[in-house]
Amino acid sequence: MTAPPHARDKTMTPEEVVGRLSSGMTIGIGGWGSRRKPMALVRALLRSPVTDLTVISYGGPDVGLLAAAGRIARLVTAFVTLDSVPLEPHYRAARQRGAFALTEIDEAMFMWGLHAAANRLPFLPVRAGIGSDVMRVNPELRTVTSPYEDGEEFVAMPALRMDAALVHLNRADRLGNGQYLGPDPYFDDLFCEAADAAYVSCERIVETRELTEGSTAPQTLLVQRHSVTGVVETPGGAHFTSCVPDHPRDEPFQKAYAAAAADPAAWTEFAARFLPPDGDEKGYRQAVRTWHEEQK
Amino acid sequence: MNAYATGAATRAETCVIACAEAWRGDGEILASPMGAVPAAGARLARLTFAPDLLLTDGEATLVGPASEVEGWLPYRRHLALVTGGRRHVMMGASQIDRFGNQNISCIGDWEQPARQLLGVRGAPVNTLNNPVSYWIPRHSPRVFVEQVDMICGVGHDSARAAGPSATRFHRIPRVVSDLGVFDFATPDRSMRLVSVHPGVTVDRVREATGFALTVPDDVPYTRAPSPAELALIREVVDPDRTRDREVRS
Repeated sequence: MTAPPHARDKTMTPEEVVGRLSSGMTIGIGGWGSRRKPMALVRALLRSPVTDLTVISYGGPDVGLLAAAGRIARLVTAFVTLDSVPLEPHYRAARQRGAFALTEIDEAMFMWGLHAAANRLPFLPVRAGIGSDVMRVNPELRTVTSPYEDGEEFVAMPALRMDAALVHLNRADRLGNGQYLGPDPYFDDLFCEAADAAYVSCERIVETRELTEGSTAPQTLLVQRHSVTGVVETPGGAHFTSCVPDHPRDEPFQKAYAAAAADPAAWTEFAARFLPPDGDEKGYRQAVRTWHEEQK
Repeated sequence: MNAYATGAATRAETCVIACAEAWRGDGEILASPMGAVPAAGARLARLTFAPDLLLTDGEATLVGPASEVEGWLPYRRHLALVTGGRRHVMMGASQIDRFGNQNISCIGDWEQPARQLLGVRGAPVNTLNNPVSYWIPRHSPRVFVEQVDMICGVGHDSARAAGPSATRFHRIPRVVSDLGVFDFATPDRSMRLVSVHPGVTVDRVREATGFALTVPDDVPYTRAPSPAELALIREVVDPDRTRDREVRS
């Protein structure tokens, strides 16, 4: 008997992922605040000419960096924060100069928008938004009345469909099965299911059987290969955001990022050192290592 | 000699008590404190008069009093818990008005704000689904304003205007600041002074409030911590005195 045929190998480089993106697209970015952000893919995006993006994100430094580089036409979010640093300086500056259009929605509205998209529904009802200025600043939002006896009125949260999703996980296999090992899945599975194409970067690509070796529970397998287009191995690919248990947030580096982001001259220097247009992920990691040695 | 050295409660410690009291009688629900003083208050309540409260580690796990993990609460389940109503959150506010409308999004015109802040976060869903109290460590007319620039947390007048599905689960049990405790137990559901912290006068509160506050004839002092509570705050709940970084004593 011959062996069954292999499923497709979806491994690619960050550059190949970005090569599949184009200006004007709607891009969803997984993670939450400064937690498990696909930063290596964002850095690759910054080195490309892709711009005029609609970005959907529970925002952290992914939004900050794209905003600073002028790549965002519209942002869909409930917040942008670095967690241990409450306000993201690049995001603040961009908003205060009116750099892009904003769809500001509540955290739960955002989640139900992802669920609607993943379930191919035009909207889902949610008890959030009415009574708040979310309705004033998003005049396109509609409400829906329960067809049952209660007759209650809810926001009809539109599906957050996206052309592409970028997420970062702890492990994945070459087929696109992605695994989180930290305490929170965030919404990365929904991002992948809400997108026409999803790209998963991970700390390490392993053989499929290794994913559940030892006592690792199958429910850590957050993202399934049918919803994944490409897999990228990027050790430290969430840096400087957290990717526990592989690594915590790099707090000293985030502090340096936030300080530089708040000062245009310092930012030019920071960007030249860590995010050169002709750089790559390997160069970034080396630059960060050197920076840490200098701090000792 | 300062209050800490003499054994009397500091202002920050009074604030911890005032925050803890928000969760009294809440039963078996999640206490979600935002800020160091509310976090100390929630833990104190859990350790004393509200033993059924659930608390998180600030990430995705529910933890007992000895930090033992007792449950899993990632963001998606946390948001479901909000709409299920079994939670009482104490949020911050960059601005709050007399009906309890709260702003944490931005200052100035939303289109191009003078100061971009956090964004609406979960304030809209919180206020329509579970009890929301507020903690304001620096009581001033810039925070207690006539009208907020962006309604994130829904106040009583806004909920009423939005209709029955907005008012159904809407509740703002209390507002705690570094000067006093407030509620909305007035005929039009506007803010009322409940108590002033020891050392604070009613006039001081009035001056620091940018709208007309309802003030009863008799305003008591916020209750002092018991010796046992004070020991818990200092030795167990907040030995690093993070409370002092929020409230100047």
